[in-house]
Parts: sequence; C-alpha cells; structure tokens
Amino acid sequence: MARRPLPQPPVRLVGGRLGLWWQLFFRFGPPRWTLYMRHNWAGKRLVIAVPYVWLLLFFLIPFIIVFKISFSEVRLAMPPYAPLWEWVSERAVDVRLNFGNYLFLLTDDLYVSAYLYSLKVAAISTLFCLLIAYPMAYGIARSSPATRNLYLMLIILPFWTSFLLRVYAWIGLLQNNGVINKVLMAIGIIDEPITMMQTDFAVFIGIVYSYLPFMILPLYSNLEKHDFTLLEAAADLGASPIKSFLRITLPLSVPGIVAGSLLVFIPAVGEYVIPSLLGSTDQLMIGRVLSDEFFANRDWPVASAVAIAMLLLLMVPIMIFQRYQARELAGAK
Amino acid sequence: MRLKGRHWFSKTGLWLGLAFLYVPIISMIVFSFNNSRLVTVWDAANSPTLKWYGELFANDQIMGAAWLSIRIAAMTATGAVILGTLAGLVLVRFGPFRGRALLSGMTTAPLVMPEVITGLSLLLLFVALQQLIGWPQSRDVTTITIAHITFSMAYVTIVVQSRLAGFDNSLEEAALDLGAKPGKVFFRITLPLIVPAILSGWLLAFTLSWDDVVVSQFVAGPGSTTLPMVIFSKVRLGVSPDVNALATIMVLIVATGVVVSAIWMRRQERRRAREMQMAVAANK
Amino acid sequence: MAERRNDNKNEPWRDPSAQAYVEIQNVTKRFGDFVAVNNVSLKIYQHEIFCLLGGSGCGKTTLLRMLAGFEAPTSGRILIDGKDMAETPPYERPTNMMFQSYALFPHMSVAKNVSFGLEQEKLPKAEIAQRVDEILDIVKMREYAQRKPHQLSGGQRQRVALARALAKRPKLLLLDEPLGALDKKLREQTQFELINIQERLGVTFVVVTHDQEEAMTLASRIGVMNRGEIVQVGTPSEIYEFPSTRFVADFIGSVNMFEGRLIEDLPDRVRISSPELGGVVYVDHGISAAPGANVWAAIRPEKITLSRAAPADASENCARGIVKEIAYMGDLSIYLVKIESGKMVRITMPNVERLAEHERILWDEQVYLSWHSSSPVVLTQ
Repeated sequence: MARRPLPQPPVRLVGGRLGLWWQLFFRFGPPRWTLYMRHNWAGKRLVIAVPYVWLLLFFLIPFIIVFKISFSEVRLAMPPYAPLWEWVSERAVDVRLNFGNYLFLLTDDLYVSAYLYSLKVAAISTLFCLLIAYPMAYGIARSSPATRNLYLMLIILPFWTSFLLRVYAWIGLLQNNGVINKVLMAIGIIDEPITMMQTDFAVFIGIVYSYLPFMILPLYSNLEKHDFTLLEAAADLGASPIKSFLRITLPLSVPGIVAGSLLVFIPAVGEYVIPSLLGSTDQLMIGRVLSDEFFANRDWPVASAVAIAMLLLLMVPIMIFQRYQARELAGAK
Repeated sequence: MRLKGRHWFSKTGLWLGLAFLYVPIISMIVFSFNNSRLVTVWDAANSPTLKWYGELFANDQIMGAAWLSIRIAAMTATGAVILGTLAGLVLVRFGPFRGRALLSGMTTAPLVMPEVITGLSLLLLFVALQQLIGWPQSRDVTTITIAHITFSMAYVTIVVQSRLAGFDNSLEEAALDLGAKPGKVFFRITLPLIVPAILSGWLLAFTLSWDDVVVSQFVAGPGSTTLPMVIFSKVRLGVSPDVNALATIMVLIVATGVVVSAIWMRRQERRRAREMQMAVAANK
Repeated sequence: MAERRNDNKNEPWRDPSAQAYVEIQNVTKRFGDFVAVNNVSLKIYQHEIFCLLGGSGCGKTTLLRMLAGFEAPTSGRILIDGKDMAETPPYERPTNMMFQSYALFPHMSVAKNVSFGLEQEKLPKAEIAQRVDEILDIVKMREYAQRKPHQLSGGQRQRVALARALAKRPKLLLLDEPLGALDKKLREQTQFELINIQERLGVTFVVVTHDQEEAMTLASRIGVMNRGEIVQVGTPSEIYEFPSTRFVADFIGSVNMFEGRLIEDLPDRVRISSPELGGVVYVDHGISAAPGANVWAAIRPEKITLSRAAPADASENCARGIVKEIAYMGDLSIYLVKIESGKMVRITMPNVERLAEHERILWDEQVYLSWHSSSPVVLTQ
C-alpha cells in the first residue's frame, strides 16, 4: 500500500528530551489506519496525544513513582525517602531495593487487621447496598416511563449535593442526643440512648447512604432492558412469581449486580472520609492508615507500600470492572 | 394480573429507599433554622431563625474557601471536558491503534480508584517533578486543579463515549463524503451532537471537584484550603450549625438546577414526540 | 423492465474500446484475518446503474466504502475517471454516497442538510439556495425544506438523503441499500423514481443491495457477490437466464437442479443422464465441459409445464410424479411435485384462466412434467 512519507519530526527545533518524546510519539504507527485517518495522521495523532500524554503523566507515572518509593527507606529529609540508586562511582550504580516496608506490613498486626477490616466493611456495605438498591431499581424499571424519570431524578439529586455534607448529616441523626435516639425515646421503644456513632453500624450506614446511587443506576439500566413478557411467559408456563423472579429476572440481572457491586466495593475498601467522621478510632480502615502513615508519621515509603498492597488487593475487581465497562460501551454501539 | 403482587413490594422498597436518601438531608435543612447551638435540640421559642445563615456569610474563612473551590471546580470542569471529550472521541471513533487498550484502561480505572491512592500518587509525582525540573514550585491551585482534572475526566470520557456510541458514525462519514475536512466535520457535526454529553460532563466534573476532600488534602499546599477541606476539619469536631446552613444553600441550588433542567428536558421531549407524531400522521 | 432500458441504450461493456468510468483492479480488503473483498476486478461505465448484489457479509458494502474512500484497499487499485484514488480522501473524491441509515444530520433542517455539501465548495449563497431548491423540487421535498429530520417519515428521509447526495452533482453516486428501510409498496414506487432521476441527471449509480428484485428492476448490470468475490457480472436477464454457477442460479429466483453426467456432447446439443431426474435432459445448445463430466441441469420453475396427460415425446425432458403441495398465490400457483426418483420439483403456473375446482390439478394427482429443450441451463460448477 502506498504510504505518504512521514514528515520529519522537527527534532532540531525542539531538541533534547522533548525531541525524543516527539520522535516516540509520531513514530509509533498504528497497524491499520482507515483512509480517513491515514490522510490526517498528524491531526489525528495530536488528538490522541493530548489525553494520552495527560493520563500517562498524571495517572500512570504517579503509580510507578509510588511503586518505586515503596521500595526505598525512610529518611529525615525532604523528600523523606532515600533514592533507590546512587552513583557510587562513575561506572557503578548502587541499587538498594528495600523489601522492608512490605515485610513490615505483613508482620505488624495493625496493617493486616486494617486490610481485613476494610474488606469486611466494604463487603458488608456492598451487600446491604444491593439489598436496598435492588427493589428500588426494580420498582423504577417497572413504573411508567414518565414517573421513571422522576424517580431517577430523585435518586441522582442527592449525588449532586456534597458527599461530605451528606455524611455529615448522619452525625446529627446518629449522635447519642441525635434525632434517631430522641424519636425512639419519645415513642418509648428505648429508655437509654443507643450508641451508634463511632460504631461499625455507623460506617455501614454512611457507605450505603453515599454509594446507593452507584448501585441503583447500573441495576436500573440492566433491569430496564428486560423484556417483561418473559415473566408473563413464565407465569403462563406455571411458575409462581417468586420462582420466575429467581429463575428469570435474577439471572438476567447478574451483569447489573456485578457492575453495581464493584462500583461500591472497590472505592469503599479505600474509603477515608466516612470512617473518619462516623467510625471508631479503635479499628482503622486502610485508607485512614495510609493517610496517617503519610501525614502523621511522615513515612512515605510505608504509605506507598500500603497503597501498592491495596492496589494489588483490588486488582482483580478493578479488572473485572474494566471488562464490564468495555462490554457495556460496545453494547451501546 | 398475577405479576402485580411483586410490584407493590418493589414500590414499597422504592419509597423506603427514597426516604432513607432524603431524611438526613431534610433533617439537616430543618436544623439549619434552629436557634440553638446544640444542633439536635430544637429551640422552639426562638426558631426558625436565619441566624446561622448570617454567621455563615460573615465567616471569611468559609467564604474565601468557597470562592477558591468554585474557581478550581470551574477550571477543572473545563479542562476535564476538553480532555475527556478528546479521549471519548479517540476511543469511539478512531478505530484500533496501538496503545488503545492502555488508554481505555486509564480512562476507566479512575472511576473506582480509591481516593487515597490517587491523592498519594499525585502528590508523589508533584514532589518528584519539583526535584527533577523545579516545577511545581509550591502546591497550590494549579496542583489541585491538575489532580481534579485527572480523576474527573474519566467521568466526562464515559458520558461522551456513550453519547458518541449512540450515534452512527455514518453521520461523520456523510459529512466527509460531502466534502468537509475532518476538522470541520468535528465542529459542524460531532460537536453539536455531543453537546448534551459535554454539558452534563462539565457539571459532573464541577461537582466532583467541588466535593473532593481526600485528593485535595494530599495535593493542596498551606495557602490553598478548599471548602470541603474547611468543612471536613470543622465537622470532625462535631456538628456545627453554620455547616447546616451551608448545606441547605447547596441543596437548594442543586435542586433548583436539577428540577429546572428536568422540566426543560421534558418539554423538549414532548415537543419532539408531538412533531414526530405529526410527521407520521401527515404521511397517511 | 430492464429489457426495455437496455434496448434503448448502447451497452458500453460490449464495446472493448469503451472507456470505463470506474475501474476496480484486483482489489482485496482484509480486516485482520478476515478477507472481506477478495481480488475483485470490475469496470463500471458512465450512465450505468450497476448493482452489487449479494447476501449479508459478502463484501458488497466494503467494496462500496472503498469507492467512497472510507476504507483503503489492502491491495489493488481503484481508478475513477482514470485517476488512481489511493491517495484521495473521501472529501476530495468526485463521488457522493447515500447511506443505508440515510445519515441525515439530526441537528440541521432539510435545507441545511442538502446545502451542507455545497457550502464546502464555497459557492455564493444565492447559488446554493437556488441549487437546494432545484434538487428539492426533483425529489418533491421543497415544502419540507425547513423541517428537521425527525419530523419526516421514512420515505421523506430517503428523498432528503438522495437530494443531499445529488446536490453536489457528483458524476458517481454510491447508494447503500437505498430502499432497504422502506416498506414494500413505497419501495416499488421509489425504484422507478430513482431510475427517472438517474436518467434525467445522467449520473452513474453504483447500488448495493441484498434484494434481487430491487437489483433486477434498477440495474443495467448486476455484479453478484459471494464471500468477497464477484461470481458473475451481467444484465439482469443474463443473470437470470444464463447463470454461470449454481450459486447464482440459486441466489437469483428459484431453480430446480438435476445433477447428472454428460452422455452426448455436440456443438449444438447435449444430453445429460440424470439419476436425480430418472431420465435424460436434452439441451438444444452446446456447452463447454469435458465429456463424462459431472454437470447440473438447472430449470426455472416457470419453464416447466404440468399436465395430467403424458406429453407426446416422453423419452426426454420429462418426468412423472405426484403433487405433494400446492400454494395458491393469486397471480400464480406453486406446485411441489415428488417425481419418481424421490426428488421434489418446484413448478409455478400462472393462473391465466379462472378455472373451476374440478379442472385444477389437485393434491396427490399423478402428473407429467415437461419442458422445452431450450429451457435448461447446464452448469459445471
């Protein structure tokens, strides 16, 4: 195939390091261009380059740096970590890979229990979220199109208001002299206020409350696509409503359940604000541990190791989520 | 019909769920008019009062932080819309190219990335950059904005992507076929079609930035305290009534905006439906 | 119908010195491992309506998109008006395309859609307006000029799409399933309008369709495609009466196929012994095949006569069978007859007279099938 000669990148003009980048970028040729692209390769590549370079610089490279620092030693300086390699002489590089931070994570009880606790909190919150969201999503999907939009608006509206303030609102409700205790005592169900603040319960409530729309929306968009004549067919064939729900609606909604659960579970594991405001100080979640290591102890290498360990833990769910997302968008086409 | 049975169950669940979503917000609004400093004790004698609203507007720290947050959010939303639109366009319309999978991964990962990790990694990047090239000299509005753009552009990308995927790319091909060059095709055809997605992406990015506390805490410097950071440090010490007043104002603004846009969209939809009906009827 | 048109026209493809307007030379298009178009060569002449006909996935649309410039051939050349198109992007080609989905710009009015192409040529405003009116007149859409696409019915959108593609007065118009989205009645009506417009403006049409009726009505010539290859090119009647392969015979209309062996092979006649028929097929024209070769005699259902009494000469081109199915279609009836070899044969008979019940051939009757010796087509592949 006849190809237009690639214009020479203006290396001399920009020179040095930037020139190298230019080279790298304009030389990697996609294996197959449509003609539309082939004739506008410069413009097209520029369009690709802008978001690509941004994400490489501010999303991917930061992770590499975190990864790198997680192997270095803490030091009283600014920045407070030792470089990984040092030129000891002109020819020799001294590389010091320090696995101590990771070893520390494994041996110190604080970290392991914080990880396990975070996973537990995230899992339980996700489950509650699902239990509350499913009937809601189902109810919306089965209502008339006009009211459907109204319901959706009501679900999304809190999301547009500040997340921080919504969590804060629960403090006023859950406190010992808060609204819930006042109401319960007024009705006479309880005599003593129940301690709800700084308990796991408060954290569950906070997470479920904040992440509920993220569970409802994927579930709704799945349930909305269901053909409800399937249920009529099942009823016609003699299945009871419960049975046809379990055998038809539930299996068909699995993709929505998976997407919603991941959207709640993954960020919940690293949640920082909710446990800080509502949770107890005895048992910390991993997000809090990370920020304490960083801000209070100024131990950047250990904080980095905590982050990398958290990423590894979440790698599988993140990848499942990405596959789901890619399929969703392909389906939209 | 037999299927009605389960319907009331899900309807009840829906209403209970909505109550769960709105009770805290409503209680927050109610107590913002309470005279007592103890947020949960209703001072019936002197309430309702606008006292806390007055204090809120007199609080220079909060007002300054709010102004800073608005500026950051507006810049973030604009930057995120530009980058996110480009990324969405590239992913949907540019066909396969080397490195596409990485780009698509980098645009979806921030959607679920725990905020502490994003914040930590960006701060370490800024520190490393400062050592390497001397920029950024200090952590301020610029670093916060860069960080916010990075995590919010993912949302814009998703919104733009799904809008673009809903349009046949034969529209753009038709424009090319009629003699418009690719740049012109983008501005005359693609852009007008995705304007709704860009608008909602802008609002989404604005909200995400306006709301963020964790990432900001990492990348903010001493002189740049955003509104959520102020609120966070205030409410960590317990409830405070002027925060209630602030929350009420924000809820009101958002609710008005959402309701107005919903009504407008509904009108548009109705008009469109009517026109389509007329077109069909005219043909019979 | 196609007959009428071809009689009036010269047939440039029969003239070896004629200059082709579009020349496709050994074009292959691969998508990864998938070969969408395989070594296709074609010549299309000016003022033709050339139909690319084939099932879904046969590569016809890919070929059209390569003409428009949306896909680049993996190998081979495309020449339009003698010029190699390899380096010409879609927006510089002398072609316009009408899309299957119509691809009307939803945010522009009908007039704006039509003028879009003219604006790209930077014509003066007055001229653009005049040409838009002119072309909207041709497709009878002038009164809808200010409407948006969603305010139009399917048939009106189709007209706007056609007007938009014609507005730049392209020499070559590419139409991708132009009538695919219309219902049957509208489709028939629009077919003739398309032909009229084509004759009036003198444009060359390349039409992609999967609908053989559409291709037969519109085309001056048809190129039948299968699995990325052109299997036969010819006028509609050539394709129907003289299919070159079993695929073409089967794809266009319906056909009865009898496998057999050549037992007599002379320049002016052949005889085929077919166990599937349980007899001999006599054909009154010569074919080119090795003696003793395996061949197929293809006979169209309407060319077979059905009778209760045995024909005068029952030794050849004849079979006896039992009527198994009758489908009354109004204008004609379809009979399925099981002949003695066990094969089912399809016969169509026009319902010329209004016959009384007892005069009609009915189920389970014994009948004789016969046909003229000019009817069978002998196929070797």
